[in-house]
Amino acid sequence: MTSLSVKSPAAPAQTGVLVGIAAITMSFAAYSSALIVRQGASPDWLHFTLPRVLFFNTLVVLASSATLYVARPRSRATADPAGSGAAVDAPNLTWLYATILLGFLFLAGQIMAWRNLAAQGLTLSSSPSSSFFYLLTAMHGLHLLGGLAGLLYVVYRVRRSSPVRAVVAYKAASLYWHFMTVLWLYLFAILATRI
Amino acid sequence: MGKVFAIVVTIITIVATAIFVSHVWWLPPDVSLLGAGIDRQISETMVTSGILFVVAQLTLALFVWRFADNNDQRKIKIFPGGATPMVVGAILIVGAEILALTLVGTKIWASIYVAPADPHSLKIDVQAEQFAYYFRYPGPDGKFGALHPELIDESSGNFFGLDPAHDTAARDDIVAATLAVPVNTPILLELHSKDVNHAFYVPELRIQQDFVPGLVIPLHFTAIRLTKSEIVCTQLCGLGHYNMRAYLEVMSAEDFKKWLNDQSAQ
Amino acid sequence: MTSPHSSHAAPQSFWRKYVFSLDHKVIGRQYLDLSLVAVTTGMILSWLMRLHLAWPTRAIPFLGVLSPEATGGIITPEYYLSLMTMHGTIMVFFVLTTAPFAGFGNFILPIQIGAEDMAFPHFNMMSFWVTFVAFIVLVSAFFVPEGPPLAGWTAYAPLSAVGKDSGPGEGWGQTLWVISIAIFCIGQLIGSLNFIATTLDLRTKGMTLARMPYSTWAWFITSVIGLIAFSVLFPACILLLLDRVAGTSFFIPAGLVISDRLQPHSGGSPLLWQHLFWFFGHPEVYIAILPGFGIVSHILPAVTRKPLLGPRVLIACMIAIGFLSYTVWGHHMFMSGMNPLSATLFSVPTLIITIPAAIATLLWIGTLYGSKLRFNTPALFCLGFISVFVSGGLSGFFLAQPAIDSYLHGTYFVVGHFHFVMGVAAMFAIFAGLYFWFPKMFGRMMNETLGKWHFILTFIGVYCIFMPMHYLGLAGNVRRYSTFTVDYMKGSIPLHRFITVAALFTGAAQLIFFYNLFRSRFRGEIAPANPWQATSLEWTTSSPPPHDNFGGHHPVVYHGPNEYGVAGREGDYIMQTSPEPEPVAAAS
Repeated sequence: MTSLSVKSPAAPAQTGVLVGIAAITMSFAAYSSALIVRQGASPDWLHFTLPRVLFFNTLVVLASSATLYVARPRSRATADPAGSGAAVDAPNLTWLYATILLGFLFLAGQIMAWRNLAAQGLTLSSSPSSSFFYLLTAMHGLHLLGGLAGLLYVVYRVRRSSPVRAVVAYKAASLYWHFMTVLWLYLFAILATRI
Repeated sequence: MGKVFAIVVTIITIVATAIFVSHVWWLPPDVSLLGAGIDRQISETMVTSGILFVVAQLTLALFVWRFADNNDQRKIKIFPGGATPMVVGAILIVGAEILALTLVGTKIWASIYVAPADPHSLKIDVQAEQFAYYFRYPGPDGKFGALHPELIDESSGNFFGLDPAHDTAARDDIVAATLAVPVNTPILLELHSKDVNHAFYVPELRIQQDFVPGLVIPLHFTAIRLTKSEIVCTQLCGLGHYNMRAYLEVMSAEDFKKWLNDQSAQ
Repeated sequence: MTSPHSSHAAPQSFWRKYVFSLDHKVIGRQYLDLSLVAVTTGMILSWLMRLHLAWPTRAIPFLGVLSPEATGGIITPEYYLSLMTMHGTIMVFFVLTTAPFAGFGNFILPIQIGAEDMAFPHFNMMSFWVTFVAFIVLVSAFFVPEGPPLAGWTAYAPLSAVGKDSGPGEGWGQTLWVISIAIFCIGQLIGSLNFIATTLDLRTKGMTLARMPYSTWAWFITSVIGLIAFSVLFPACILLLLDRVAGTSFFIPAGLVISDRLQPHSGGSPLLWQHLFWFFGHPEVYIAILPGFGIVSHILPAVTRKPLLGPRVLIACMIAIGFLSYTVWGHHMFMSGMNPLSATLFSVPTLIITIPAAIATLLWIGTLYGSKLRFNTPALFCLGFISVFVSGGLSGFFLAQPAIDSYLHGTYFVVGHFHFVMGVAAMFAIFAGLYFWFPKMFGRMMNETLGKWHFILTFIGVYCIFMPMHYLGLAGNVRRYSTFTVDYMKGSIPLHRFITVAALFTGAAQLIFFYNLFRSRFRGEIAPANPWQATSLEWTTSSPPPHDNFGGHHPVVYHGPNEYGVAGREGDYIMQTSPEPEPVAAAS
């Protein structure tokens, strides 16, 4: 922490992710208010049971946040305060791979949820409730893909053995990834209560 | 160049103000009960913003004229009091104007758009479509027939989608392409659209309201002068938007009765 | 320590140097070039509209050749609406958002804070090329069957949502429109993110927030507004796109009969589109004008040779406008069928937002008092900006009141108002910025005589175009009409002809500008580093600046940007980088 204070390369990456999080929050606020307005607009809202796999997916995405946390670089007592990188640990590769795997597992689970819905005859245009289901999960999935790209970049940096830049990338990518988890919990709550 | 600018600004200010003041282009005469309030509000806003316009532009022109750099050794001067008079002035002047306009304006707005219509109003149903208006009167039974969009058929003249075969209330409904209303009678329009957004605008009535498909929007007015005015669409509705209009005819009570009889006979 | 933004060395190949460049200066110029193409297109579209309004039955030479929709050069009603839609969309998105914010902001902001580049040069390059693609997608609507969309730049649903049943151009044309705007949102979001991170993290030593030039403040505030606004427009576009291509019913109610076809949709809400659109749309007005506030506030001290009056008040006003801009969107919807009680709720903040705007205007006028005004072209455009902003702002007083809006809504009064306050005012700020920064961008001065002619003719021209529109509106002349067949509007045709002549005249005056622009680019007088004797960092480096902006060193800042009119020394100003102490008896 101390080795990467403001004005080091960490700052713009962190700021960028925070600003991006603000923008994504705003856009999902727009989707949610559209959902609420649309549900109240007319009586064509079809309530259906959410596919079971979503509960499993929620556990997966929570687990991925946990593994990503475990992968964090440990700061050593001898860490160089100037941040030259000489004694800074890189993030743990094994746990990073585990996180990425869980991320893909989550996406696969989401696709299973879609197939489950389609098997019930619920398509994008069947009802506003199914429209919002597909839309919100797809949008979240796309943003999550961005997070996966970020994690793969961290892996690349670790393997190129540039610990400082790997740590910078890790901090930014994990901030984003944890936000994706929180966003999913929020969306899951919206879907569970509204649909 | 500064002097040229100052002169041009002054001329523009004088000419623009003169045209506003002389009412060369102005609102058409008002024919509605509540329109006078709107006219007064427009005039008051015109006077206050007109004064601000003239003062601001002429001050700009004056400063530009007066404070040119002539390569002399003149020292710059700071506006007396610095930024404070600007802040205080703007808050007081604009604030007072906002307060005055909002207090009166809200009342006028509420009387037209928020207050419910007179319970004894004559109810008329308005259907807007690309690119025409149709007006429906309930007929002798005083009831409107139900609407069935799937029955709408332009060729047979079923503009509203009525079902006279099964619906007794619909049988005596009168549908016209002109909005005829008796003078000095509260009128309640119920606006709905067959296809896209439209609007109901009669400058002489000083009212305007969008039609929104899927919603029924009430709009009420009382015409106090006999007139024939145009109703035009102000909400972009497609290629024929420019040509979407109908007439509002304000008649005496007797003429209106006669007109209604003529219509039902057709 | 190497930071990521300095990791790219000066590129050598043509492609990396001029096309896919990571250099914020090249990207800024690319944005300006794009908006120059866009503004020319938009202006030509407006001439066609004006010609048609004045002489609806006259054929326009060559038009029939260019666009098959206008058979024989005669503009049909649907083609008129297409021209209007494209004019509005191009001008609002690709000129008023692109030039003052993305264009100048990209070029100047990093230099003004002493940075070598933006925080994320790759994102920066991406944001331009995404915007470029958005423009190409939009313009391609001219070449699809049935031509461009006709639903206006506001694209109200369901007209914009149901597909080709609702009119020509509502098929492919409208779909391309929605896709283009969605892509544009992505470009702006990336750009805003970059601006925010750059301003927060890459300021050079001594460049505290209080010492930032006002233009940088304005770009920073604008990027915060833009980040929120475009984050909402993007979802709105996605929903509209799905309604159009995937059969969903977000905005399309049940039971619509369009072109004799019962539409297969259920229960959507047209007002939902309006709310989402205007939640973006009103802040968009400030996205267009706040950079203008910044540019004018930045230039005024340099041309009046005295400090700007109340700079902190001005920044507070810009922040206040930013906040308030999110509370007023409903004033576009007084007549829309939303709950009439909410009209008052939207009216009050709309009127209150005039207070910070009025304070800013008074500060500019107050700055002129006692000044030593130099009448160069940037100064003239700043003065023009103030005049036009006052005129347009005051007509806002009418429209902010629901009771008056019930008469003026949907008339030419609105057209006159927004063209003055967001169109012309923002354009004047763009011109001021261009004449001011051109020497920095290209190393050559623009011609002053031509610049002055350009200014005075344009200034007179725009008043002749947009002031009469207020008269038309008062007389109840409805906007977005392709011809005036309605009886009571026929009387306004002579005034429309006057406006058309004024528009052609003003357009012709822009030829002076184009000539000046291209001539000065290659033949202009060589510019010194600081031609305007201004204080901020962009004037400490060469014209044009080297690839890393300051030639390998990092400037250190000791002063705010407002040290003009300093008495008792050689030269009447102190550069921000000058290590000399603050003047004891600073004029303020």
